[in-house]
Amino acid sequence: MADTGAGSKSRKVLVPLAAVALGFVLGSLVILITGRSPLLMFNAIIQGITGFNIMSGSFNPRHIGELVVQSMPIILTGLCVGFAFRTGLFNIGAEGQLMMGALAATAVALTVRAPAAIHVPLILLAGMAAGGLWGAIPGYFKARFNVHEVVVTIMLNYTALHVNNYTILNVFGSVDRVKTAEFPASALLRSPFLASVTNGSRLNWGFIPVVLAVLSFWFILEKTSFGYSLRAVGFNKDAAKYAGMKVERNVVLSMIIAGAFAGLAGAVITTGTFSFGRALPAAEGYGFDGIAVALVGMNHAPGILLAGLLFGVLKSAGPLMQSAGIPREIGGIIQASIVMFVAMKLGIERLLMMARGRKAKAALEAAGAEEAGV
Amino acid sequence: MAYIIEMLNITKDFPGIRANDDVTLQVEKGAIHALLGENGAGKSTLMSILFGLYQPESGRIKVRGQEVKVTDPNVANELGIGMVHQHFKLVHNFTVTENIILGLEPRKGLAVDIDSASKKVAELSKLYGLAVDPHAKIEDISVGMQQRVEILKMLYRDAEILIFDEPTAVLTPQEIRELIAIMRRLVEEGKTILLITHKLKEIKEVADRCTVLRRGKLIGTVEVKDASEAAMAEMMVGREVSFSVDKAAAKPGDTVLEIKELCVKNAKGLLGVKNLSIELRRGEILGLCGIDGNGQTELIQALTGLTKIESGSVLVRGEDVTNLPVRQRLDRGLGHIPEDRHRHGLVLDFRLDENMVLHTYGKPPFARYGILDFEAIRKNAERLIEEFDVRAGKGPATAARSMSGGNQQKAILAREIDRSPEAFIIAQPTRGLDVGAIEYIHKRIVAERDKGKAILLVSLELDEILDVSDRIAVIYGGEIVGVVDAKETDENELGLMMSGSLRKAV
Repeated sequence: MADTGAGSKSRKVLVPLAAVALGFVLGSLVILITGRSPLLMFNAIIQGITGFNIMSGSFNPRHIGELVVQSMPIILTGLCVGFAFRTGLFNIGAEGQLMMGALAATAVALTVRAPAAIHVPLILLAGMAAGGLWGAIPGYFKARFNVHEVVVTIMLNYTALHVNNYTILNVFGSVDRVKTAEFPASALLRSPFLASVTNGSRLNWGFIPVVLAVLSFWFILEKTSFGYSLRAVGFNKDAAKYAGMKVERNVVLSMIIAGAFAGLAGAVITTGTFSFGRALPAAEGYGFDGIAVALVGMNHAPGILLAGLLFGVLKSAGPLMQSAGIPREIGGIIQASIVMFVAMKLGIERLLMMARGRKAKAALEAAGAEEAGV
Repeated sequence: MAYIIEMLNITKDFPGIRANDDVTLQVEKGAIHALLGENGAGKSTLMSILFGLYQPESGRIKVRGQEVKVTDPNVANELGIGMVHQHFKLVHNFTVTENIILGLEPRKGLAVDIDSASKKVAELSKLYGLAVDPHAKIEDISVGMQQRVEILKMLYRDAEILIFDEPTAVLTPQEIRELIAIMRRLVEEGKTILLITHKLKEIKEVADRCTVLRRGKLIGTVEVKDASEAAMAEMMVGREVSFSVDKAAAKPGDTVLEIKELCVKNAKGLLGVKNLSIELRRGEILGLCGIDGNGQTELIQALTGLTKIESGSVLVRGEDVTNLPVRQRLDRGLGHIPEDRHRHGLVLDFRLDENMVLHTYGKPPFARYGILDFEAIRKNAERLIEEFDVRAGKGPATAARSMSGGNQQKAILAREIDRSPEAFIIAQPTRGLDVGAIEYIHKRIVAERDKGKAILLVSLELDEILDVSDRIAVIYGGEIVGVVDAKETDENELGLMMSGSLRKAV
């Protein structure tokens, strides 16, 4: 976690990379056990990333579009979880913050009449505000009464689900008990242009706010004095307090910003992937995917972006695998094992050390010696 | 007499540094053998080799005359070598007995036979005069008691040779006296002790022989009774060390920090500081001494804004700061070197340069319009590293966590002195540091005084208080029980006041 010079920086990158590789190895083994060729899976994944099907020689850009569409919300929830984590908070509430963002987006989409250039940004801002507000609640309880954020955010996930469903069905009205009326065209992130260049994928303008979100995550945490104080609070609350930082205020602000990322995800899904507000039977898992993305991305902006794309391709390549006769659950198995391998960070570090032989071992000992004060 | 342990011509390399260079250590059975050296001299490496944590590049180890290969700590345990680590390795919500038997639980059928284990623990405790309650939970007992649990752990495993790694660093003066008595008792019962330390006083008091290391090299082994403290210090540091602090008489000026009838609650909700009043004047060092836990921590935290003040007031340069938040107190000229440098003083996961701007990161030149200027932050660190001789392997980019205690403390000192506070609260500035670093830090504190700053020095080390202070205030039970001139008092008088049996007009 620490920014501790070149040595550990390379380790910080190597561990998730090794975890990803091991995840694919494990996935391949499972496919072998089911009696198929893992090459089919890699073909499907390459197809998911590039659009090229190496085995049949065909090209379909729709796969690229679908990859981006699948990645967008989990990059955002990854940013949400990662941002809170950098301040020392474990935000399990990305799911609920996302739902509130989606609800606010629905409200603005249905009730406001404005040209698209105003309507769309307004919807996105409303989503961020609602997500931020939903994040502020656990933040406030943590700062004021020291209630653990894990407990509050988990409960607020259920609350958000039911607030969303009640409001969608009773306030905005739904004929089929599932969705609201269609949004006006001015509210949508959809783009016939983007759809046509990707051969009819669901790709939409939502990727622009996602890219902006990744950049602001990086900028706030790494470049601003506010981000410095957030990181200080995350690493050592007592030292932050000693230095005169407002620890409580930082906790609330961090949760608001984290919630805004998830709220944005809700708005992007609602007006990009769909075109109506939705009542949900259960949580859709974006929040938990976000935890995995943040974990594999080591809570840093570039890492979260890449991890989001990786998990996005595992999702978007699912149907491709299935049509090649490989169960689509393989994607889930790989995702889960990557997370597991990242969690086995220490073990992987040892393996990497062993792979690099004796010289590296000496370095490990020296690091230990350094810590022992020698 | 036969040697129980012989480490012959040990050499150990780490990348870029030779931690042990042809070191020979021979320990007699039944002796207390001290291993002396500054931080980084290679003491811990040598002991880690003996304990099987590292393998040496060359050299031989003999235990009881037999040549052995200590490949891992289990081998060391079988050879009867036990180590009391500086940082205890105990499970806090387990009882003493549960901690001691961890890993070799006696069984009765399927269940752990706790009763027979506690009995054995109680017997061992009695034999060596440890007075440990086998049923107490670790989190409920003092640090000194926890250390005894670590000792019991070794005895329970029938260790013959006990390695103590800086055992007094975490103890109060009384606990140190008790530990010394315990060590003597252990030797009487036929154990052998290897004592790693950089405190000369303790070596003089308990050790029979002393081996000195400097920068990985063996300097020599001396009989403690024939060697003076100054001679051993010179062996350790490589030059003459002055134990007393050179300083001119204080020229106190106007009052800078005024504490009036201060009351502060402690963690238990009781008054930890009661009606405390002191004045601190420009150009003087006021030492605050007392036994640990008599309100020092509460006082420091109340002055610096980390704890709420119940009643009374604090004035910095005549301005009331009683209810101001931390940042505003700092801006009004308060400086603070915290007693726990890891908990409060540093963000260990930050780089050194980031730590150097812990207070000032939001102000120019380090940030403009809320955007950090990393170039300015790095230059600031380079300047302070140079000026305060902070040794950090990768310069400003060094992880604070990887630095030695002495250099971490120098970094904090550099940061605080550089802010140039008018009223400077310095707590435990030299805890756990070696003589070289202590000498340097004392010199800088006196230099600040001579620049006209007002300094409140809070320390548990009586020697430090007596050496550095101009006036000494004694705190007992949260009250000031006396203020005396440092030149006109001695350890005895202070000791009596510290224990509450003497009061002197304030």
